[in-house]
Amino acid sequence: MTAPRSHTVKAAPLSTRTAVEINDVSKTYGDGRSAIAALENVNLSIQEGEFVCLVGASGCGKSTLLNLIAGIYRLDQGAIAVSESVGLMFQEPALFPWLTVEGNVESAMRFRRVAIDRQRIQELLKMVHLEEFAQRRPHELSGGMQQRAALARALAQDAAILLMDEPFGALDAMTRTILHDELERIWQATGVTVIFVTHDVREAVRLGDRVILLSSRPGRVVDEVTVDLPRPRQVESVHLVEVAKRITDRLRQQVRRHVD
Amino acid sequence: MSTERPESLERDIRGLDRLELPMEGAEARGRRMWRSVWPKLVATGLALATWQVVVWTGWKPPFVLPPPGRVLNELAELVGTARFWSAVATTLRRAAVGYAAAVVLGSALGLAVTQISTLRRAMGSLITGLQSMPSIVWFPFAILLFGISEAAIFFVVVLGAAPSIANGLISGVDHIPPLLLRAGRVLGARGWVSWFHVVLPASLPSFLAGLKQGWAFAWRSLMAGELLVIIAARPSLGAQLQFARELSDAPALVAMMIVVLVIGIGVDAFVFGSLERRLRRNRGLIAT
Repeated sequence: MTAPRSHTVKAAPLSTRTAVEINDVSKTYGDGRSAIAALENVNLSIQEGEFVCLVGASGCGKSTLLNLIAGIYRLDQGAIAVSESVGLMFQEPALFPWLTVEGNVESAMRFRRVAIDRQRIQELLKMVHLEEFAQRRPHELSGGMQQRAALARALAQDAAILLMDEPFGALDAMTRTILHDELERIWQATGVTVIFVTHDVREAVRLGDRVILLSSRPGRVVDEVTVDLPRPRQVESVHLVEVAKRITDRLRQQVRRHVD
Repeated sequence: MSTERPESLERDIRGLDRLELPMEGAEARGRRMWRSVWPKLVATGLALATWQVVVWTGWKPPFVLPPPGRVLNELAELVGTARFWSAVATTLRRAAVGYAAAVVLGSALGLAVTQISTLRRAMGSLITGLQSMPSIVWFPFAILLFGISEAAIFFVVVLGAAPSIANGLISGVDHIPPLLLRAGRVLGARGWVSWFHVVLPASLPSFLAGLKQGWAFAWRSLMAGELLVIIAARPSLGAQLQFARELSDAPALVAMMIVVLVIGIGVDAFVFGSLERRLRRNRGLIAT
């Protein structure tokens, strides 16, 4: 990416290649007897430019972890060091309905009160393939197109770390497959670090360099799998399905634990 | 930055986008206009016909309930006089000034209430109470305070319209989807940037509804005021209406009522109606 990145060091300087360092992080909701431990002693280190997927069943605190990294939630215990600025993308496109697609991408600059870079907006729209639809309103676009617009907006934040909270969860399978290809291409072109939350194990294996398995209640890192299948991967490929099956089995063990 | 992509992926995306976009057939402008105009014409025709039938039944003598033909004649004559246009100008000026003051005051009040929770607890139900208070109730007090003057009229117009405008803004801010606020925050909007770029546009539909209702209340209050507060040598629509009653000039009276109705409908349709349509179209709130 040609535009300069803002290097905001939020905590102690990290080793040169670490983008996010999560140290013994716990988060509890409520207090007393009704307290629910969402995360417990989570340790995780993510390298710059890495594509990391977090998978787990419901209640594993995936979203909590993302919100903690983004600095939206307050930390109870532990430390999170983030080397650079962070962008966040939700499951819903969350586009502003009163702005055009271009206006939405622009908002990422306007809201931070940095100069509006028209050329960069055009580049980003082209990157997510929406240059023809720049002047359309969000409601005129399909779900997949809206999510691509949201991706362009997230990238316009010039964040070197992109947090994605089940961004393709609400899309149909066909669109999702295409967006996997898109996201992979953009990730490779920009060198952005991606932390991607999903409960779709195959999606995680399709995209991630590394898949982190979280247990549920409390959310803990129970395993991690390095995916060394060559890219671009196909969700349907035998090797991918095999890896996914191993991870799914492991997750099911974790879920079964809760019956007793 | 490389934006190259494999040809096949490019085609997949384009193809999918084509398929997913809604199909739209644009209707010709003339046809659209006609479709919206003819029901109004039919309704007006039916109303006039009913009126004429009631007159024919002889329920009231024609000097009390004149037939539509005479009223329309009177109206045509009236429109030719300078006095009429001077009355319209006075009334519209009062409406504009009073409404503008109400917009400023109502917006400021609404803004303050959404920002300060103590103020909300103190004033929230009071604003709604004021909104439901018939504005005519204010007039005796207003005349006592300001005498027979335009100030008395403005006082009541503002009191009539401002609560609706404030309430529109308050309810708009209350009903913003939290996701949009979160998106704004994630994108770095803080303080007034967030207010101006997220909160205000997100609450606009409800605020506009409040502005529209505020206009209706302002117009009503103004008419009530002009009936009561008649300033010598300054003709206004309300004053003309009052004179017509005093002279038992039924055709002129009904003609004036029609003028008041037409102005009310006109402002609603051309100002608020078009704003609302634009807003709904932009945000995809019009069912197709």
